Amino acid sequence: MSRDQNSLLFGVDRITVITYIALVIIGWLNIYAAVFNEDHQNIFDTTQKYGKQLIWISGATIIAFSILLIDANFFTAFAYGFYGVFILANILVVFYGREIKGSKSWFGLGGFGIQPAEFMKFAANLALAKFLSNQNILVSQQFRLKMRDLFKNYKNTFVALSFIIVPLLIIKFMQDETGLALVFIAFIVVLYREGLNVGIIIFFLLATILFILSLIVTKISILIILLAIISGASFLFIKRNKKSLFFIAILFSASAGIVLGTNYVYNHLQNHQKTRIDVLLGRGVVNLKKEGYNVNQAKIAIGSGGLIGKGYLKGTQTKYDFVPEQDTDFIFCTVGEEWGFVGSACVIFLELFLILRCIFLAERQRSDFSRIYGYGVAAVLFFHLAINIGMTIGLMPVIGIPLPFFSYGGSSLWSFTILLFIFIKLDANRLLILR
Amino acid sequence: MSNNAQLGNRKFIIAGFFCLIIFIYLCRLFYMQLIDKSYELDSKNNAFRYLTEFPMRGLIYDRNGKLLVFNEPSYDLVVIPRETKGCDTTSLCEVLQISKQEYLKRMKKACQAPNSPRKQSIFEKQMSAKTYAALQEKQYRFKGFFIQKRTVRKYPKPIAAHLLGYVGEINKNQVEKQSYYKDGDYIGITGMEKSYEDELRGKKGTQIAITDVHNKIIGKYMNGIYDTLAIQGKPLYCSIDRDLQDYGEKLMQGKKGAIVAIEPSTGEILCLVSGPSYDPNLLVGGKERSKNFTALYYDSINLPLFNRALTAMYPPGSIFKLIDALIAQNDGLINRNTVFPCQLGYPPMGGKPKCHPHGGGTNLIRSISVSCNSYYSYVFREIVDQKKYPHFIDGYNHWRDMVTTFGPGTRLGTDLPFDKPGNVPSTKYYDKVFGKNSWKSNTVVSLGIGQSELLLVPLQMANVVSIIANRGFYYTPHSVKGVGNEKKIDKKYKVKHFVGVQNQEAYTNVIDGMQGAMEPGGTASANKLKDIIVCGKTGTAQNPHGKSHAVFLAFAPRENPKIAMACIVENAGFGGVWSAPIVTLMMEKYLKGKTDRLEVEKRTLEADLINGKNLLSTEFH
Repeated sequence: MSRDQNSLLFGVDRITVITYIALVIIGWLNIYAAVFNEDHQNIFDTTQKYGKQLIWISGATIIAFSILLIDANFFTAFAYGFYGVFILANILVVFYGREIKGSKSWFGLGGFGIQPAEFMKFAANLALAKFLSNQNILVSQQFRLKMRDLFKNYKNTFVALSFIIVPLLIIKFMQDETGLALVFIAFIVVLYREGLNVGIIIFFLLATILFILSLIVTKISILIILLAIISGASFLFIKRNKKSLFFIAILFSASAGIVLGTNYVYNHLQNHQKTRIDVLLGRGVVNLKKEGYNVNQAKIAIGSGGLIGKGYLKGTQTKYDFVPEQDTDFIFCTVGEEWGFVGSACVIFLELFLILRCIFLAERQRSDFSRIYGYGVAAVLFFHLAINIGMTIGLMPVIGIPLPFFSYGGSSLWSFTILLFIFIKLDANRLLILR
Repeated sequence: MSNNAQLGNRKFIIAGFFCLIIFIYLCRLFYMQLIDKSYELDSKNNAFRYLTEFPMRGLIYDRNGKLLVFNEPSYDLVVIPRETKGCDTTSLCEVLQISKQEYLKRMKKACQAPNSPRKQSIFEKQMSAKTYAALQEKQYRFKGFFIQKRTVRKYPKPIAAHLLGYVGEINKNQVEKQSYYKDGDYIGITGMEKSYEDELRGKKGTQIAITDVHNKIIGKYMNGIYDTLAIQGKPLYCSIDRDLQDYGEKLMQGKKGAIVAIEPSTGEILCLVSGPSYDPNLLVGGKERSKNFTALYYDSINLPLFNRALTAMYPPGSIFKLIDALIAQNDGLINRNTVFPCQLGYPPMGGKPKCHPHGGGTNLIRSISVSCNSYYSYVFREIVDQKKYPHFIDGYNHWRDMVTTFGPGTRLGTDLPFDKPGNVPSTKYYDKVFGKNSWKSNTVVSLGIGQSELLLVPLQMANVVSIIANRGFYYTPHSVKGVGNEKKIDKKYKVKHFVGVQNQEAYTNVIDGMQGAMEPGGTASANKLKDIIVCGKTGTAQNPHGKSHAVFLAFAPRENPKIAMACIVENAGFGGVWSAPIVTLMMEKYLKGKTDRLEVEKRTLEADLINGKNLLSTEFH
């Protein structure tokens, strides 16, 4: 690239951009394979999804260049502004949006649709970065058990969490888009990097494990197991004083609460969500024609790929539409079937490489804002990657979220492009920042 | 930020966590894609529909290349129930001439296990050409219905039903055992169709069609490079002489019994007649077949499906004397000039077994020609009680072993399914009947004249005479001359089996006696042929259920024998009356192409012993 500081591409990390381009192009070719039909063989045919994706890609290119043109300080300055605008957009879409597939989360633009929830990700990331970089203290330093200190110490944590939780709640409960809402959980990684106490994360992790366990095993037996583990652990690791007894008591009652609460929550889930959990846990009789169909067909597609796959455009599962949503959330099936283990691994490595590259770039930032933002990018991308591929191979419940840069869809491609290129711009700008 | 350095380690934890998750995913992918093969199968079942092209079965020819069995196209109507939406059922019922109820009944059957709404199953079997044409015309209106082409067997002459056997739908057990077959396939059930099933069936062809998620056929998989064409079964060259078989069946009309002819120099079966028989064309075709089969199956008087030539066990009667004569000579107990007395019966036991008047004591040659019962009672006891064996049981076992080398009591191992072994009673059996040590040679003396518990199937009788014609050996009787265009044959049919008697003089003496039976004074003198020296032996097998069975064995010509035959006619009395004419007429036919004895031929053809017409026979020994 040019050494001219005024050049558009000055300081831009070429490796990241090339990885990005590679993913977008491979994704596009796989969309072509997924929706391929003999009557419309032209990949540029805009009546077909692959043709439309090309329009989205062109749009993304324009967006990427625009971001590189904008002064990096613009994003820092207007971080909260973006956040507010998109929170508003996400609320408004519920009232003025177009209903697609049962949820009102789309703004219609002619033949195309835009989903504001997708763009909430980069806005929340910007706001979070701004908030955390403005504080002179870490999110929390130590785990103290004095009740009066609790709020003071954790005030910043609560504020930071609310940047995540507000959009999560809006998207989940107003728009009913579970997948897009859950993405915000990924920002926990950012908080962790910025000093969030491990205890809290472990607490949530344990809570999740308990949740799953209590769905699988009967409640009573879990309580007994828990009691045994906790009392065992407390005798081994914790000093036997009043404080630690208090701590154990809290931990125990929280666990009991989760276990007992799980059944209540589970019973109040909507039916399709229940069945998704059942499918994942293999609970009860899973009807492979109905609720288990999607995952089963996805697994068949991927599993039948073998080492090098059936060849481009030759996947029988893909070609003859056995897997629903194969151009969007289940795009990975196409890769698995037509390119086999080698192709799947390549795509996963490419995605992982981009994510690790983001971490690497984040760590070399001089400004806290850039670093925090960079971790946000990595976390969001990873969350998408892990959930999306996990659900196609039966390791995660079916949560409809796209594979970054790969799945068909303008909103997701554009939002990921914005998310990533803001970071590329921030990174390009890093040398101009004085500490 | 000052604390950044402290928290710096967390980047490794985060990156490590990411890599760990991805590593787990890759392991899972590795397992799914490279180790667990079930997904691959599932994907094929999902997307492929295997269409079967049925091969034509191999044609069957006789020994002279005349056609015995060929194929005719037949059309099955198959249905995939869940694709029948929008089918014009009213006109389909009209074309098939079935009622709406019948349609619904069949549809239900096609949906229930082992069928399934997604699987194709046969709706109407083997439609007539007319129905086929009518269907073909309107097929576009019958959604979900397809016409599947197959072939059925056809027989230019209605002969050799038992030998050729028939083809029918495979049963469930067989489907489970043999992966080649699917439900509804055809398989040889009896006769040569069963024995040579693997050669005759050919190879099914498969076309792999691709279906979409709606189970609609979209096209050929990989443009058909994995498709295979059906390969017709190999032709089978049967050892049967079609004309001889045809003639034999005509002669057997109106009679129960069997005729077996063997070429002694090869062991090839020249004809295998079991009467009453049936027209093999009755057991092809869809609806007709089951109706005909039921009728044949429940005909308890004639038992037309019963293959007497291989599975009916008859007492051999006097023909068994030939074996006794051979064994006794071989053991040096008698010679050409040995004379035993006869007083219308066996003197030592007060004239039992009885004999018929033939002028008192006879020598060996004449004993065969006139079939003296007394002579062979002596001979049997000579063999069993000979000095070589101090204990009677050993003598009996010696006799039994020698007899067994001629075939009785064992399955010959022919290529036709279901031949029975016959019976030569063991000492154990008699110990049980009479008590241990409480029976002697005189107790079972009637074995010597082929009565008591001795039982032979007609094929074994023909094999015995074939052994005599060959003077001491036989080839396992078989019905095939060659399989495929290269006319291959199993090696086991080229192996000479030597019997226990290898004394050539003994054979000469017995053959002299057999020739004498056809001369004036002999038991079959009425059937002497002018230009062919036939050597024969009559037999009258007493039968506890009714009139005796008429048996006749013969080979011809005497020098360099070309044909050895056995014929048994049930309840026909003396062997010379019905069986000998049949055998000699067929020998003339086979060796000369025609008979000069037209009145014998006419009488035999017209005789209907089953319904009791033209009964000329008299009962004597």
